[in-house]
Amino acid sequence: MTEAARFVIEHIGFLDPKGEPLQDLPSDLDLDALVECYRAMVRLRRFDAKAVALQRTGRLGTYAVSLGQEAIPIGVASAMRAEDVLVPSYRDSGALAWRGVGLHELLLYWGGDERGSDFAQSRQDFPFSIPVASHCLHAVGVSYAIKLRREPKVAVCMIGDGATSNGAFYEAINCAGVLNVPVVFVISNNQWAISVPRSAQTAAETLAQKAIAAGMPGVQVDGNDLIAVRQATSEAIERARNGGGPSLIEALTYRLSDHTTADDASRYRAADMVEAAQAEEPMTRLRAFLTASGHWDNKMEQDLVEAIDREVDEAVERYLAVPVESATAMFDHLHAKLPLALKNQREAAASETSGDHSDG
Amino acid sequence: MADTTLIGAVNLALARAMEEDERVLVLGEDVGVNGGVFRATEGLHQRFGADRVIDTPLAELAIGGVAVGMAAAGLRPVAEIQFMGFIYPTIDQMLSHASRLRNRTRGRLTCPMVLRAPFGGGIHAPEHHSESTEALFAQIPGLRVVVPSTPKRAYGLLLAAIRDPDPVVFLEPKRLYRAFKQMVKDDGKALELDRCFVLREGHDLTMVTWGAMTQETLEAADKLHQEGVSAEVIDVATLKPLDMPTILASVEKTGRCVIVHEAARICGVGAEIAASLASDGLLSLLAPIQRVTGYDTVMPLPRLEACYLPSVDRILAAARQVMDFS
Repeated sequence: MTEAARFVIEHIGFLDPKGEPLQDLPSDLDLDALVECYRAMVRLRRFDAKAVALQRTGRLGTYAVSLGQEAIPIGVASAMRAEDVLVPSYRDSGALAWRGVGLHELLLYWGGDERGSDFAQSRQDFPFSIPVASHCLHAVGVSYAIKLRREPKVAVCMIGDGATSNGAFYEAINCAGVLNVPVVFVISNNQWAISVPRSAQTAAETLAQKAIAAGMPGVQVDGNDLIAVRQATSEAIERARNGGGPSLIEALTYRLSDHTTADDASRYRAADMVEAAQAEEPMTRLRAFLTASGHWDNKMEQDLVEAIDREVDEAVERYLAVPVESATAMFDHLHAKLPLALKNQREAAASETSGDHSDG
Repeated sequence: MADTTLIGAVNLALARAMEEDERVLVLGEDVGVNGGVFRATEGLHQRFGADRVIDTPLAELAIGGVAVGMAAAGLRPVAEIQFMGFIYPTIDQMLSHASRLRNRTRGRLTCPMVLRAPFGGGIHAPEHHSESTEALFAQIPGLRVVVPSTPKRAYGLLLAAIRDPDPVVFLEPKRLYRAFKQMVKDDGKALELDRCFVLREGHDLTMVTWGAMTQETLEAADKLHQEGVSAEVIDVATLKPLDMPTILASVEKTGRCVIVHEAARICGVGAEIAASLASDGLLSLLAPIQRVTGYDTVMPLPRLEACYLPSVDRILAAARQVMDFS
């Protein structure tokens, strides 16, 4: 017997849960950039809390928070350039927000209005994908277009651990590998696909090793370590930008929240599991690290929280002030031009709506 | 201008579209070096290169989904599914993404893609190669479903589909791929989508059909003519959105309607046409609408497929039933 191939999956982590370095930090570590990331993580956590409060009081639809996972959307988005293309899943509000999508736009979408996905900034980014893994293929198509046009851009696709069980994920990484396109897949492995634990999702030791079958580099990082997420994503993105092809990153984290506001995780997991994970969450360690290095203090924290709460309140006001669209909007954006066959239905919807108005 | 088969016309339209717009590319299984199993993409790989004529892995969901991403990123992908029997994984992409991307981003991102596939029976193909399941796509809001029935219409409608700013499912009746030739002028002129074509004018009876069934329907119309019955034959061509005004105007003139399609009857596109005629043209009708369709059974393997497909005799029987109604 001869050996046909051999593979190793590396795990990258720089900070322990207390914020102490586990190894030499990257030589090009930009502490100011880390401060910006920390600010964005605080912003995401407080925005999420407000979104849940709005949902609980009937002013927002179902919403998926990032509690405990903030280092991943922020670490990934902060490693991208503005001209790169983000193809997010439904839990990646934080990544879109980093890229300039307004908090009021995010609320508008989760509040049930398509206009929330008509981003004013980052207009090439995809809207949230609700069906898991299906958007992995879009990222391959986008990156193919990038490659064909010889643009120095990269597509970044974010998914959860559950999505790696889906056929679309496998077809996407396989196509990305064989087409050698500039795309980076990031798995936020938060250990839970609603109620199904990671152990019931796959018998593989890591999700990162799925990259091997697709012929691309795969790496596992501590997803609660912002430095590790940024480092791995930057490497993968720059490799892709320089023609080195696709990569897969598995970022290990833990979903401290329910799956969404429509879920009750206490039905399927014990509180002590969550408590153990709480000790490893990403914000504490980054704040400790930045404080120890003299880049953060309590006053800055207090000022930041006040500024964010003002910003979030303004976003909520702006969102709640958006009038409901006319019923005809569902027709007006379906095709570039309204087909004649839909004209009667559009008129019916318009007249029914105007009738409602006169009643009310 | 040259005598061209339907598959030749598809090839001409693809080449023309790729020539005039560098955003247009084709992708699918065996479409590159091999030129496609039916030869739809013959010569394109040599002419336009492997970057624009892409041999994909054997993964239909990927073909659909990658095309969605390409289209959203500004390309004009024409994706080929080798046979309609393998198209079903793409329904997730067409329904969940392609058809709704414009709407869900309020026009910020769009999906100008074409999903091509050969469909229908009658060529003694293996299992899963002969179904007509166009109604599955016709039910999806935001999609166009287009079926050509001659080389000229294949050329003009495919060009229109590729140039359309929204997703189009383009289903090619493979029984007609090489059934006959027509003079097709490769002039880059598209035909209008969302319009029926009146293939033959008549005043006693309207026969509504599409795809390969236009052949049997026209033959039936010829026989009816010999019996003194003047049948109007309409090729629906765009199944979604439906050009009901043309069909209604014809039925208002003739008072009788027979709908012919290969697909199974229940919830077929013929049911929608019949329902629209019943609600908007009832007072013009002199006889109940008849449908001549595939049965609501699994499409049989080749030895029985002729029993499944609507025959000229079945169409004639329905026409006579409609004519004899009093």
